[in-house]
Amino acid sequence: MTDMASLMEDRAAANADASDQRKPVDWDSADMSRSIKKRYAAERRFKTYGLTAIMLALAALVLLGYSIISKGYSAFVQTYVQIELTFDPAVIDPDGTRDPAVLGRANYDGLIKDALRARFPDVTSRSEKRKLYGIISSGASYDLREQVLDKPSLIGQTRKLWLISGDDFDMLNKGYISADTQEASRRLDDDEIGWFQTLQSANAIEKRFHTRFFTNGDSREPELAGIWGAAVGSFYTLIVTLLLSFPIGVAAAIYLEEFAPKNRLTQIIEVNINNLAAVPSIVFGLLGLELYLNVMHLPRSAPVVGGLTLALMTLPTIIIASRAAIKAVPPSIRQAALGLGASPVQTVSHHVLPLAMPGILTGTIIGMAQALGETAPLLMIGMVAFIVDIPGSAMDAATVLPVQIYLWADSPERAFVEKTSAAIMVLLAFLILMNGLAVFLRKKFERKW
Amino acid sequence: MSLTFLLLAVALLCALSFVFGRQRAIALSGGRFSNLHSLPVHYGTYTALWCGLPALALLIVWYALQGPVTNALVISDLPVEITSDPGQLSLAMNAISLIAADHGQHLDVAPEVVEAGNRLAILHTISNTALIVVLLCVALTGLSLSYRKIVADMRARNNVERIVRYLMIGCSAIAILSTVGIVFSLLFEALHFFSKVNPLEFLFGLEWSPQTAIRADQVASDGSFGMIPLFAGTLLITLIAMLVAVPIGLFSAIYMGEYASPMFRAWAKPALEILAGVPTVVYGFFAALTVAPFLRDTGATLGLSVSSESALAAGLVMGVMIIPFVSSLSDDVMSQVPQSLRDGSYGLGATKSETIRHVIFPAALPGIVGAILLAVSRAIGETMIVVMAAGLAANLTANPLQAVTTVTVQIVTLLVGDQEFDSAKTLSAFALGLVLFLVTLGLNVFALKFVQKYREKYD
Repeated sequence: MTDMASLMEDRAAANADASDQRKPVDWDSADMSRSIKKRYAAERRFKTYGLTAIMLALAALVLLGYSIISKGYSAFVQTYVQIELTFDPAVIDPDGTRDPAVLGRANYDGLIKDALRARFPDVTSRSEKRKLYGIISSGASYDLREQVLDKPSLIGQTRKLWLISGDDFDMLNKGYISADTQEASRRLDDDEIGWFQTLQSANAIEKRFHTRFFTNGDSREPELAGIWGAAVGSFYTLIVTLLLSFPIGVAAAIYLEEFAPKNRLTQIIEVNINNLAAVPSIVFGLLGLELYLNVMHLPRSAPVVGGLTLALMTLPTIIIASRAAIKAVPPSIRQAALGLGASPVQTVSHHVLPLAMPGILTGTIIGMAQALGETAPLLMIGMVAFIVDIPGSAMDAATVLPVQIYLWADSPERAFVEKTSAAIMVLLAFLILMNGLAVFLRKKFERKW
Repeated sequence: MSLTFLLLAVALLCALSFVFGRQRAIALSGGRFSNLHSLPVHYGTYTALWCGLPALALLIVWYALQGPVTNALVISDLPVEITSDPGQLSLAMNAISLIAADHGQHLDVAPEVVEAGNRLAILHTISNTALIVVLLCVALTGLSLSYRKIVADMRARNNVERIVRYLMIGCSAIAILSTVGIVFSLLFEALHFFSKVNPLEFLFGLEWSPQTAIRADQVASDGSFGMIPLFAGTLLITLIAMLVAVPIGLFSAIYMGEYASPMFRAWAKPALEILAGVPTVVYGFFAALTVAPFLRDTGATLGLSVSSESALAAGLVMGVMIIPFVSSLSDDVMSQVPQSLRDGSYGLGATKSETIRHVIFPAALPGIVGAILLAVSRAIGETMIVVMAAGLAANLTANPLQAVTTVTVQIVTLLVGDQEFDSAKTLSAFALGLVLFLVTLGLNVFALKFVQKYREKYD
């Protein structure tokens, strides 16, 4: 600020001194051109700073996206191992009754272990065997059971089956565990890598699309863990949030914008809403914990409580957006309606609200997108539990996508890193979808009055 | 599920009463609607509101009170040796609710507790049945009373509109109620905490180690609750975040607003806004798994020892998160500076950057300061990035390469897992929450006041 001001003052003083012998400024003098050169250089520097700043921010975005995609794309495929397996009648159905209850209880795990031992007959010691069993996931036995229950005629046959592999083996196949590192510093020892190479040279290892990731609930085994449970939990939570915050938010916005008298109370409500919008989300979590769990004794970890908490958090966003949309409807519409004899409530409900609806919906979708990505308040109300089952209603214990990401990010297994990144990609896909919808609504229905 | 069922039942009754009310009005009009004061729809809405609203209110009150009342009834029957000890009582209550939900077969508890669990289950059944009966009674009473009140010259529209207006006032009041709720719930538990720990020690203590014994048989220290190290950690991370976000955010706002071509703006602005839409848990993952290891390795090659949970990693990523916040707010402020000021400056021969530095920036300064304050309040309250990337140990240090912890991290670690609402450990989270709420609130109020006070009116 000061250098230019002082420059001007100096000039003014100089002009006053020389007022009687006023000499025109020599714009072509060496001094002037040097000064102009300097100023232009400063101009270019300044512009470069701005461009650099934007580039830095965009670089951060690219880096973020790259690090997540490069870590996570491999989670969408899963290693399968082909193995020759005998559906031994003595194990599955010793009495030959084909009774589903008997078939369901059979020791399919044992069948897989037998098959693995048959494939690698030179493994004898107990600890070696345990490592050998790690090639196939513990979830594979459920697949076998399904197959047998589905088609009991399999019993007694010997088939070559593709079975889902364990997580360490999967990591090895995807190249996250390198055979070149020291044996002591990797999770698989030389024997296991030997088995892998044997299987690979026999074309008995394959990567397939990992549907379980989209259909399973959480699991302690990375290769069995999926996001469906969290996605359903997120869905219930968002439904509760939407059902509460949308009507309440819109009603509050209409009242404040159209009906509220301009008095102290209204002013307090307005200031209040603006401040609520800036309260850290974790504080809403504390409120939810105290109010819903300690006072009202609602079930812990339930999407209902999550939705109630997030509804309070989203309310200011929806109110502010709706007020802006209502304000944008020109007064002439209201005057025309009133002039034709409509009551104020009719004016709003028949004319103002329909015209403001695209803006209100856009704001609501953006608020919902925020609620979908919110984690901290849900940690407070116990939605961090390890939950395997897919929640069946909004009262069941559940978790949500962002919390699932947080839980997996904390898991020590290497395979959970790719699961976490993949879950992030799914979450971001939903967010992009929602924001895209909001942009579409705005573009399609935006009206210039 | 019973709640969905009840809501559906109420909705159905409302629809029915709407039809009844409308039919009655039509019948009363004798075919000419001009005989009525209002449109038939208004009579229908009138009965529907009188049927549905009392029922909904009852439903909410019932669900809010059911838990506390049944629990109190069950507790009053428990033997004194259980109820006198809060720790035992909460264990017993857990067991009781498990038994009541039919998940308690494997529990090894006293017979009184089993009995209480069964009693709680019976109480729940009674309560649910009673709710259905009372709810139907209330809805039908509302319906019949309002139905009988319908006469041709009843002012149905005015009545409906009055009810709607009260409903809207109620909805606006929820905004106030949630603030009141926040203040009371934080204050209540925080006062509880201050009855165990001296507030002065909490506010000015230099040591934070809340590991007190939750159960009587655990071995643990008394714990010390001084929040200064937490606050210092929060401020350190916030400072780093601001050092990233303020220059980058400001310069990008300037470039976007003053230099960028419309094409560039159309691409770069939404791209920057993506940064604001990314959930914080994603930033936390990025900080913990990409940035922190990178800093640690870089530090190792330079001969510096960088903690793998360094304040720097969390601060840098938080800064990136806040860039769009700073940039969009300051863009708004700078675009409000009127064109005439720019034109005046250009007319005097100033270059673009001179205009920005000497004319636009000073004029927009109050708004920019307000934006930065809002960004600071946001950084202080940010949770997931620091939970995932910052440390747990409360070090009082200004070295960004070391691990520090923050207020929000401590709230999360104290409340995730074992909670005991009469131990100072759990309660301290609410005291921290109160401080956090007051600080962010203060910053926001101050920022808004500051902007209002120094905003020059250009019209």
